[in-house]
Amino acid sequence: MLTVEGLQCGYGEALVLHGVSLRLAPGQVLGLLGRNGAGKTTTLRAIMGLLRPRTGRIALDGRDLATLPPYEIPRLGIAYVPQGRGLFPFLTVEENLRMGLFVRDGDPRRLEWIFELFPVLRERLRQRAGTLSGGEQQMVATARALAADPRYLLMDEPLEGLMPLLVETLLGVIGQLRARGVGVLLVEQRIDAALRAADEVALLEVGRIRYQGTAAALAADPEMLQTYLGVRRDRRHE
Amino acid sequence: MVAVAPVTLLRTEGLRRAFGGLQAVRGVNLDLAPGEIRAIIGPNGAGKTTLVGMISGRVAPSAGRVLFRGRDITRLPAHDRVMLGIVYTFQIMSIYRALPVFDNLALPVQRRLMRTALDRLALDPRAVARGVEAALERIGLQDAAAQPAGALPYGHQRLLDIAMALALDPEILILDEPTQGLAPDEIARLLGLIRHIASGVTIVLIEHNMQVVLEVAQRVTVMDAGRVLAEGTPAEIEANPDVQRVYLGQ
Repeated sequence: MLTVEGLQCGYGEALVLHGVSLRLAPGQVLGLLGRNGAGKTTTLRAIMGLLRPRTGRIALDGRDLATLPPYEIPRLGIAYVPQGRGLFPFLTVEENLRMGLFVRDGDPRRLEWIFELFPVLRERLRQRAGTLSGGEQQMVATARALAADPRYLLMDEPLEGLMPLLVETLLGVIGQLRARGVGVLLVEQRIDAALRAADEVALLEVGRIRYQGTAAALAADPEMLQTYLGVRRDRRHE
Repeated sequence: MVAVAPVTLLRTEGLRRAFGGLQAVRGVNLDLAPGEIRAIIGPNGAGKTTLVGMISGRVAPSAGRVLFRGRDITRLPAHDRVMLGIVYTFQIMSIYRALPVFDNLALPVQRRLMRTALDRLALDPRAVARGVEAALERIGLQDAAAQPAGALPYGHQRLLDIAMALALDPEILILDEPTQGLAPDEIARLLGLIRHIASGVTIVLIEHNMQVVLEVAQRVTVMDAGRVLAEGTPAEIEANPDVQRVYLGQ
């Protein structure tokens, strides 16, 4: 179980998270939704150790993560797909994927599964990541995280830049991860897709969790969708 | 003599580009009419960004020509095309993160004003400020003028990026996946903005969000593996079995 309790976090003087609590179980897909600026990315960065909490607790199976250096966190089995991809642009696709393997045992057999999911990456192995198209870079970022064989996967807008066909592929991947017992924390602006992928959702607003419940319940509550996510009932842009 | 409005504002002829062994664009002919909203869709890696890179002048073609108002601009560098009114916003943002939002917008506003100013030194700071305020209002970020651009939430950074392009007063505005990272209500605002500016600006929109494409585009060009796979109205494209197979996955 990955748990966040009473997390307060910010940048400089500004406090972004005002006490966020979340629980992510193995095999659970938790959608973390909210408007831009609500604190979704900050929550993920804090879990990955890239930001130090002011107060609050982040723990993996009871073990405190907040005191660990950031490089220890992926080794414990928590992988991260950052928004904007965060690839090494001058390394090849293969080298980027090896970074993912290297975090754990380096077993290259895991790449086979990844190439099944994203066949185009096999053709792009020797290409420098920075020269890929935007959507291809997004695939590499997800593939690199999968190469680390995570127990928990944190994804920050992983559908960004993907064509409709690949959106379906990625939602399928999330389903497969769930079936393997991986816990997925999914930050996404494509609300319809997120509601399809997630079991549970948490709505963040200005650094606070305003709602937590099943994805199905939120999907059936247009008022809530409008208030916290700006989704209009008559016109959705997903 | 009777002046006839040109039917084609921008034309590409047999445009090609290879990167090493990769044929990113393999002979694309495209005609853009003045004032149209054209969507370019296609699989990831189809060559969409490379194609618009050749239109904006960021990428040099291996073969083929780009014509703007009938004039061959194939060899014209990107900054000169901006002065002609061909403006590109990147898929990956290009704002000045450390500068305040106001200053980010002041740069393109100044550049636009300089196009017409007789004496560049006489550029009126009040005119710049007015231009910046108008640009801020378009995207609803008036309250963020003093913040460093890098401190804005991601979606607002994208709106700023588009506002910077608009502040140049373009004739052709190329938007490369502008809805990325935007919340649904921000997408709705952006669509309103696109429709509003489209009365005077030709818009080329690379976009994967099909609802957005269906809602604003008048014509859609579908690329696959460096070529044009199909072109038509949004309804025709949505019903095209080839497009469904390679792109929509239906």
